[in-house]
Amino acid sequence: MAVTTPQDLGTGYDVKYGFHDEGTHVFKAEKGINSQIVRDISEMKHEPQWMTDFRLKSLKIFERKPIPQWGGDLSEIDYDDIYYYVRPMENQGRTWEDVPEQIKTTFDRLGIPEAERKFLAGVGAQYDSEVVYHSLREDLEKQGVIFLDMDGGLREHEDIVREYFGTVVPPADNKFSALNSAVWSGGSFVYVPAGVHVDIPLQAYFRINSENMGQFERTLIIAEEGSYVHYVEGCTAPTYTTNSLHSAVVEIIVKRGARVRYTTIQNWSKNVYNLVTKRTKVFADGTMEWVDGNLGSKLTMKYPSCYLMEPGAKGEILSVAFAGSGQHQDAGGKIVHAAPHTTGTISSKSISKEAGRTSYRGLVKIYPGMVGCKTHVNCDALLLDEDSRSDTYPFMEIEEDDVAVTHEATVSKIGEEQLFYLMSRGIGETEARAMIVRGFIEPIAKELPMEYAIELNRLIELEMEGSVG
Amino acid sequence: MSRDSIDSFPSQAISHEECVGAMSNLLEIRDLHVNIEDREIVKGIDLVVNRGEVHAVMGPNGSGKSTLASTLMGHPFYTVTRGQVLFDGKDVADLSADERAKLGMFLAFQYPHSVPGVTVANFLRTAVNSVLGPENKMPPAQFRALLREKLALLKMDDSMAGRYINEGFSGGEKKRAEILQMAMLQPKLAVMDETDSGLDIDALRVVADGVNSLLGPDLGVLLITHYQRLLNYIKPDFVHVMVDGRIVASGGPELAQELERDGYAGFIEKALVAV
Ligand SMILES: Nc1ncnc2c1ncn2[C@@H]1O[C@H](COP(=O)(O)OP(=O)(O)OP(=O)(O)O)[C@@H](O)[C@H]1O
Ligand SMILES: [Mg+2]
Repeated sequence: MAVTTPQDLGTGYDVKYGFHDEGTHVFKAEKGINSQIVRDISEMKHEPQWMTDFRLKSLKIFERKPIPQWGGDLSEIDYDDIYYYVRPMENQGRTWEDVPEQIKTTFDRLGIPEAERKFLAGVGAQYDSEVVYHSLREDLEKQGVIFLDMDGGLREHEDIVREYFGTVVPPADNKFSALNSAVWSGGSFVYVPAGVHVDIPLQAYFRINSENMGQFERTLIIAEEGSYVHYVEGCTAPTYTTNSLHSAVVEIIVKRGARVRYTTIQNWSKNVYNLVTKRTKVFADGTMEWVDGNLGSKLTMKYPSCYLMEPGAKGEILSVAFAGSGQHQDAGGKIVHAAPHTTGTISSKSISKEAGRTSYRGLVKIYPGMVGCKTHVNCDALLLDEDSRSDTYPFMEIEEDDVAVTHEATVSKIGEEQLFYLMSRGIGETEARAMIVRGFIEPIAKELPMEYAIELNRLIELEMEGSVG
Repeated sequence: MSRDSIDSFPSQAISHEECVGAMSNLLEIRDLHVNIEDREIVKGIDLVVNRGEVHAVMGPNGSGKSTLASTLMGHPFYTVTRGQVLFDGKDVADLSADERAKLGMFLAFQYPHSVPGVTVANFLRTAVNSVLGPENKMPPAQFRALLREKLALLKMDDSMAGRYINEGFSGGEKKRAEILQMAMLQPKLAVMDETDSGLDIDALRVVADGVNSLLGPDLGVLLITHYQRLLNYIKPDFVHVMVDGRIVASGGPELAQELERDGYAGFIEKALVAV
């Protein structure tokens, strides 16, 4: 086993996030995608026929759909050079003790904070394509909350999955949702019964660990009437030289009066294409909050969406993106007012350095007759140097007059004066810049669970190192 | 606070070489010339500030006072084309602003900048610990106590500590916050650039009291102001008149009164004659 002593933890970005373990893979499909591979995946998982059919139908859609010409540059993805399914071990560990040492070492090196270990009973951690450890805290089980990996969800709660799967993000939504629908593996299935308030965040760790391996996790969250859940997804990925594709789908259903918060901090390595479709349907008086942080990847295209289906529904999207050299973060959000008297907010903060590129891309749609809707969009960009770039694409499709739509956008640079002010108090240049950046994203960082806010700040500090000069 | 002019001269008793460093002038500006782009703004200034002294610099708008202040603190925008700035006997030409702050230099800005998302407490904790250095970091409890004490000194509400630095502060609050920072950092040299402007009468007294409480035998102060009023509260030992990038007159507190009465006209004439 290629296990290194943990002493080199934290010595630098590559050591901390760029390692990879070797040799736990039990099965690896061949590279490329065709209907036989899709059938094999489904068969290996002993899936019901309807899911096999769903996958095969999705594959046809994927093959038919053109590659999007907007957003980022997708021309370099070689779909034949990707593994679409990797399975690390035969069975899931039901307890922490069952999890193989090597994988524990991986989590050690990811630096999952001690504070979170006490929540381990509620942690679903994904290693490669499949969840290797997934357990439920006992009181969650007593409350009737289901928190499983998606494959397990399908096995154990087929009726619920069948009712909702693909109803929020249909395979035909876009090329990558079609791809995910064909080859999905892993991800989480969360079901919160009516009136249940889940008081610890449900967390999952994702990690791509096989060269040229695509990761296609699929998450489905159903919050019944009056319930509450906070789901947290964090990713780090090892560094590889060839391109990797990560294409997830997240579907969330927020029923009457329920509230769901979904937090992501993605830090994929700088060769990953991160093309994710995240969408919620929010029903009467329900609230959906997306907190979406994008630091890693070569290209991210991700626009968490809220479809506000009934009066009183609220959608809030907080998006923060950091693009360094060679990165393009095309992120934002969508609010679709499909019912009158619904409310939406999109706040986006982006930071670019060393020719990195960020784009805010957002859509606010208000259908005719949807009176009394309110939406506020705010996007701020911070450029750390002259070579960096930021663009704004705020699409507004407003087909009703009796609404309130506001939009603000700012672009700023770290000013010499601001830097001099901090430095005149004894603060070194690197720290002063990091401070300005941390301050810039503070409105979003303060919405994160504490460990994630700390992690976000630490990642930004790592990103900021070497940006002086 | 009375200061005997004897204090402003090095003691005759110094004879050991080793003492020279320790007893050198706190701040010595020698024939300083400063350019903004290609335009000369500061045109040859000589000035010595010793420990325990308060120097006031007065002069018309645009005469280069803030340029001098920023240059002393090491603002990269201003180019020193000739002359030297010695702090504690050491030429600071190659030091960045943070290094100068670590030596004990401080500038209270005429126009303090805001840093959105960074709280006063967080900013000051970082600043205090940077100045103290990694070995001498202040324990959090001690920091909080010190911050509360200094907030009280400047009659600032505790809630100010949680506000983002200068963001949405009123003009007067910004000036108070500058002196709060000075009180927290306890510099050896404080350059105050028009700290009195924008303060109402009560606030002026509070700020002046705050500054006075920081004065002592180890602190040197360079006070840039337009108004005699501040000098009623903070008594200067020396007053300098700066016109067109030069100090054209120096004297005691009476010089400020003369200026208040007669304005700069006479000095501007003298400056023209001198060229
Ligand atoms: N950043 C700058 N860019 C261009 N010119 C500048 C800059 N800063 C100062 N100057 C110029 O330098 C000259 C001196 O300005 P400075 O701010 O030092 O004057 P001051 O004596 O502080 O004036 P005041 O009493 O109005 O504060 C002015 O002509 C001013 O326009
Ligand atoms: Mg000035």
